[in-house]
Amino acid sequence: MGSSLVLAKFSGHTNRIHCRFFGSRSTVTERNPVFSTINADDIAQFKEILGEKYVIQDEERLLAANTDWMRKYKGSSKLLLQPRSTAEVSQILKYCNSRCLAVVPQGGNTGLVGGSVPVFDEVSGVLVCEAGCILENLVSFLDNQGFIMPLDLGAKGSCQIGGNVSTNAGGLRFVRYGSLHGNVLGRRVWADTFRDGSLELSRIPLETMAIVAHFVSVSKRTSSMSVHVGSLEAVLANGTVLDMLGTLRKDNTGYDLKHLFIGSEGSLGIVTKISILAPPKLSSVNLAFLACKDYVSCQNLLLEAKRKLGEILSAFEFLDGNSMDLANVLILGTNIYVHASREKLEAFLLRSMEGGLISDGVLAQDMNQALSFWRIREGVPEALMKAGAVYKYDLSLPVEKMYDLVEAMRIRLGPAAEVIGYGHLGDGNLHLNISLPEYNDNVLAQIEPFVYEWTSKHRGSISAEHGLGLMKANKIHYSRSPESMASVTKWNQLNREELPLGASEEVFMVEKKIILSCRSVGTRSKL
Amino acid sequence: MKIMVAIKRVVDYAVKIRVKPDKTGVETTNVKMSMNPFCEIALEEAIRVRESGRAAEVIIVSMGPQQCVDTLRTGLAMGADRGIHVETRETLFPLSVAKLLKALIDVEKPELLIMGKQAIDDDFNQTGQMVAGLLNWPQGTFASKVVLDKEKQAVTVDREVDGGLETLCLDLPAVITTDLRLNQPRYATLPNIMKAKSKVIKKYTPDELSVQIKSDLEIVQVTEPPKRKAGVLVSSVDELIDKLKNEARVV
Repeated sequence: MGSSLVLAKFSGHTNRIHCRFFGSRSTVTERNPVFSTINADDIAQFKEILGEKYVIQDEERLLAANTDWMRKYKGSSKLLLQPRSTAEVSQILKYCNSRCLAVVPQGGNTGLVGGSVPVFDEVSGVLVCEAGCILENLVSFLDNQGFIMPLDLGAKGSCQIGGNVSTNAGGLRFVRYGSLHGNVLGRRVWADTFRDGSLELSRIPLETMAIVAHFVSVSKRTSSMSVHVGSLEAVLANGTVLDMLGTLRKDNTGYDLKHLFIGSEGSLGIVTKISILAPPKLSSVNLAFLACKDYVSCQNLLLEAKRKLGEILSAFEFLDGNSMDLANVLILGTNIYVHASREKLEAFLLRSMEGGLISDGVLAQDMNQALSFWRIREGVPEALMKAGAVYKYDLSLPVEKMYDLVEAMRIRLGPAAEVIGYGHLGDGNLHLNISLPEYNDNVLAQIEPFVYEWTSKHRGSISAEHGLGLMKANKIHYSRSPESMASVTKWNQLNREELPLGASEEVFMVEKKIILSCRSVGTRSKL
Repeated sequence: MKIMVAIKRVVDYAVKIRVKPDKTGVETTNVKMSMNPFCEIALEEAIRVRESGRAAEVIIVSMGPQQCVDTLRTGLAMGADRGIHVETRETLFPLSVAKLLKALIDVEKPELLIMGKQAIDDDFNQTGQMVAGLLNWPQGTFASKVVLDKEKQAVTVDREVDGGLETLCLDLPAVITTDLRLNQPRYATLPNIMKAKSKVIKKYTPDELSVQIKSDLEIVQVTEPPKRKAGVLVSSVDELIDKLKNEARVV
């Protein structure tokens, strides 16, 4: 089973939205009357395309597809489709388009912004757990070939898609579990794919390869995913299969369409195949877990690391004291992740320690230790989930301003809530988390729109890597100018001119969700 | 009282082992090497004994090529006092290692030798027993708890045996080999890494210790375990029962 689409069977009560069903203000979204509702004929049609087995109406299975990882949003889709090939995706979309049925594609459903929840009765596209397995298999397969996946996702171990993928050391952990690789990926298929170090995933049958746009859009620790995507194939809303595959490194023949699909959260089409450039495996990976006395030292350490370690620095993460409490360790830490020469790193760390930038720290002596350091950093979101309700904000900010927001928020909320800041310091990406026993509208009113206004004022982005989803669909104006939004709306209309749509900008984001919003697949990834 | 700990440099526990195409062994070029996990536990135990004031010095020993010094440095950063490196490029099998250890013990005169019960690369689980035999010392293998009594010159060792624990009391000097549950080894902190740089590592060659390295073992072939076959989905319980009866023949 590869990808799957959830179809919502729609019965009578149209616009009931179950948003934030743990009792908080729902996102103001109205069902668009343009879309028709599903009837028995439609279901028969889907069964004809996919076969009985892949048209799912079972309540329990639907519940999983209708709820997001944060358990914050709940959908009401009554039908789940699981297409196994590009052709099936194409046929489904073509049919839905002709009937004007709304579709919500879904992947591992691990997004953090409610992007993959079929809020209404949309046809939801699910590229379910298979994708998760695949990436794990991919990592181990690549490892055997001496390559690594160029992206590292924070949610490994529990996240279905992408979660188990990692670069460097992280990836090495999974080589122990990669027992299926020999069976899943045919050797013949791969024979000619490694000549230039590129890995063409497109040649893997869809059973083993289910990656959607959003997964691809997730930026990795050191650079944006778009750098690594060689090419891709996508299915548009009207069923057209757009083949942009190829293994060429250079191809300047007009617009580079694939970049439109990367990060489009599925508003333009469902990505069915992708090829990724896989860099060669690194033989030396070193990781240090350090304590700094304050944020300024962290910042200076980052500067120093960039200057002295240069190309061998591959990740620089930070967690504040509050995050560490949750993870049961009590240090304010920075996490430097370096490959290549150990001596170089050791020398740098010792110098920084003498210079007072680092107050304490440990250097992983073997891979297990490195993995346990990563687990501390990556376990923070899980720990937060267990602590109760969480309001998550994924912001891009200038490094020197990053922590000011956390402090401002702490003062603003007082003791009512725990304010936690962690994230990818190296990329200026802050994960601001506000943890409280349960979702509370009064607290939310304190946070929003303050957090967006603050970010906008400091010229940051309100979505660094998680995407907009349902949560921030109508907040886009904090980060985008009216001109750029107008232009996107226009472009989007061109793309699906068959559909009678309103043209106003506000509609765009809402429409975007409903029409063909294959949002988030592996979004939980970048916690 | 001195404690000697033997540590081995092996392919990192987290690396997926690959067999060389000619089946003579496992691939070690460009592979991450680390301290054998059982040796880490042995060293941790020795350091804890010293920290509790029941021993004065922890000496670590490693044998093999030049790179073993890196592993010794890790051990020194964990807290060992000094290191000994027996440098050789020859393949070392348990009996040779045991003889070299005996020779070093004759020089250093420790009262306790702690080592891992086995190395994760060759899984021999022989060296500790062999050294004990050569020295004619008592041995406590697969230790999950070690209590040292300095006055009585004895050590109590809990051993993990099938179906439970066995408690032994050994007179010192003695050999102890460690099991996984003995302790949780510490991390090497930056200040300790810094300190480790000035600690001494003494070098020996097998000749200096008057030990002849010869192999009384020959590795005939190393092969990978058979690949697991893919599972199949059955469409009904009847089909499953049929398959279990007629194909797998388990019911």
